[in-house]
Amino acid sequence: MTGFGAFVAQAADAGALVVQPRMGMAEAARMRDGLLATRGAAAVTVGTITLDSYTRTGDLDAARRALALGAGLNGYPIATHPVDVTRAVLHGVADAGFPVQVRHGSAAPERIFEALLAAGLDATEGGPVSYCLPYGRTPLHEAVACWRRSCELLASIREFGAEPHLETFGGCMMGQLCPPSLLIAISVLEALFFRQHGLRSISLSYAQQTNARQDEEALAALGRIADELLADVDRHLVVYAYMGVYPRSPGGARLLLEDAARLAVRGGAARLIVKTTAEAHRIPTVAENVRALEAAAAAATAERTRPRPAAPPDTGIEAEARALIGAVLDLDADLGRALVRAFAAGYLDVPYCLHPDNAGRTRSSLGPDGRLYWSAVGSMPIAGLVEGGRPPILGSAGLLSALSHVQRRYDGRAPRPAAAPPVPRGLPAAR
Amino acid sequence: MEHGNAEDGGLDVVVTTLASDSHTWNLVFLQLLLEEMGHRVTNLGACVPDALLLAECRRIVPDLIVISSVNGHGHQEGLRVIPALRACPELRRTPTVIGGKLGIAGADDPDRERTLLSAGFDAVFEEGGSVAPFREFVDGLRSRVLL
Repeated sequence: MTGFGAFVAQAADAGALVVQPRMGMAEAARMRDGLLATRGAAAVTVGTITLDSYTRTGDLDAARRALALGAGLNGYPIATHPVDVTRAVLHGVADAGFPVQVRHGSAAPERIFEALLAAGLDATEGGPVSYCLPYGRTPLHEAVACWRRSCELLASIREFGAEPHLETFGGCMMGQLCPPSLLIAISVLEALFFRQHGLRSISLSYAQQTNARQDEEALAALGRIADELLADVDRHLVVYAYMGVYPRSPGGARLLLEDAARLAVRGGAARLIVKTTAEAHRIPTVAENVRALEAAAAAATAERTRPRPAAPPDTGIEAEARALIGAVLDLDADLGRALVRAFAAGYLDVPYCLHPDNAGRTRSSLGPDGRLYWSAVGSMPIAGLVEGGRPPILGSAGLLSALSHVQRRYDGRAPRPAAAPPVPRGLPAAR
Repeated sequence: MEHGNAEDGGLDVVVTTLASDSHTWNLVFLQLLLEEMGHRVTNLGACVPDALLLAECRRIVPDLIVISSVNGHGHQEGLRVIPALRACPELRRTPTVIGGKLGIAGADDPDRERTLLSAGFDAVFEEGGSVAPFREFVDGLRSRVLL
């Protein structure tokens, strides 16, 4: 097997964590330079082409106008640049030793999938739930239909001997404050959806949350459930460095990234998507991304030399995740229909998600121990699975405090703490 | 009482963002804040197209419209939306405010606030320490509605 999944599997066999940036520039020459710098970093890397938000939302006219006017775009407009331009960006850069993945954030990604395939790429990410509910108002049933067609398109190149790769974004719902069991459930359900529509090389995401031990327990559970339900496909776990309100100090940002790398190693993930020290302030430069890749790789290597810590105690994450997954699978043999029905019934219900198709009856909270807890489970079939009381539902001040908890904690641990602002800035757009 | 019905002292408030903005934590926060202050909130969620914003505001006829945007396009999109709101007879005088991270060049742009005010907004709250003035503005409205 060749391709993205095979590259990650080979690195894992060799004992290296694959590290990957988020990176996208409108101009072809700068995009190529960014990929070359990623490839040249002192780490085992894969490349990223992150798309702009006009392409993400399907407004290709706006992307074309912005490109023609030289106006700023916040990513690479892959469906607007002529295919020859994108091929030239990749020529001599992307190959079996440096696979490149397209990251986009689209609820309706058909044009994006067509464009990346035309350019010779075959690795991307997202999902019918994770790129629909948090970021817009596309009806879930429409996103499911678009993602089904997109998966089938991507999978169709398998007949030419390629092994296209698709990563779930479901491990990141809302960027922060989503308890791990629901992240695991959505990540697994999206992976099963991908497999149902023809993909055979899949990665399952999980975004670093607020407590390392809770995250380790979650990753171990995700790995076990994936081994069981996706045994017949090439698969790996991918960790996202924290996707919520990021530390403002360079020291705090770096400590958080290093913790993400350690989590990836301890939790059995094969790949990590990094964040930079610029995260709280602006889109990072290529040099900042390279430093983040190298820092993460070094932290992962150091973690591998340490004795393995004892497995974290079972706090019920896996039982909750299995209950959620089982309830959805029981609804319909067609995963897409099952997902739509699950959200309509509130069996899946993402806390703080305002999408019209999300029931909105669940709430999460941060405990005094820094772990995420359910404050209200709505109609999700997990009531009573975990013992102990539920923390109270957050008010506005408590919500702001919870959203900036990680930022405060890591800025406080940084060698030279930056002045903390009164309210968190740069609330996450994620992706 | 000109707008909505503010019985038991609470206002009917529409909380919304603009068409290109996919952020929602700001909207969740504002809804909690306004509900804690005793108001009733209709939260329109992410990426609200102009037509939906107009239709919902005309349907609800709220006492207050709160537009929050943090993706840097709020200034441009706010200037596009406010004349359309003001062109609806039932919304001509509805208190309408905008806040968040409205431009891509930081918060201290007096021209931006002036342009938004003269285009028809009743108040502008730029990111950073703007919760207290926002609360004061809303409290002022409540007393006005009760008179």
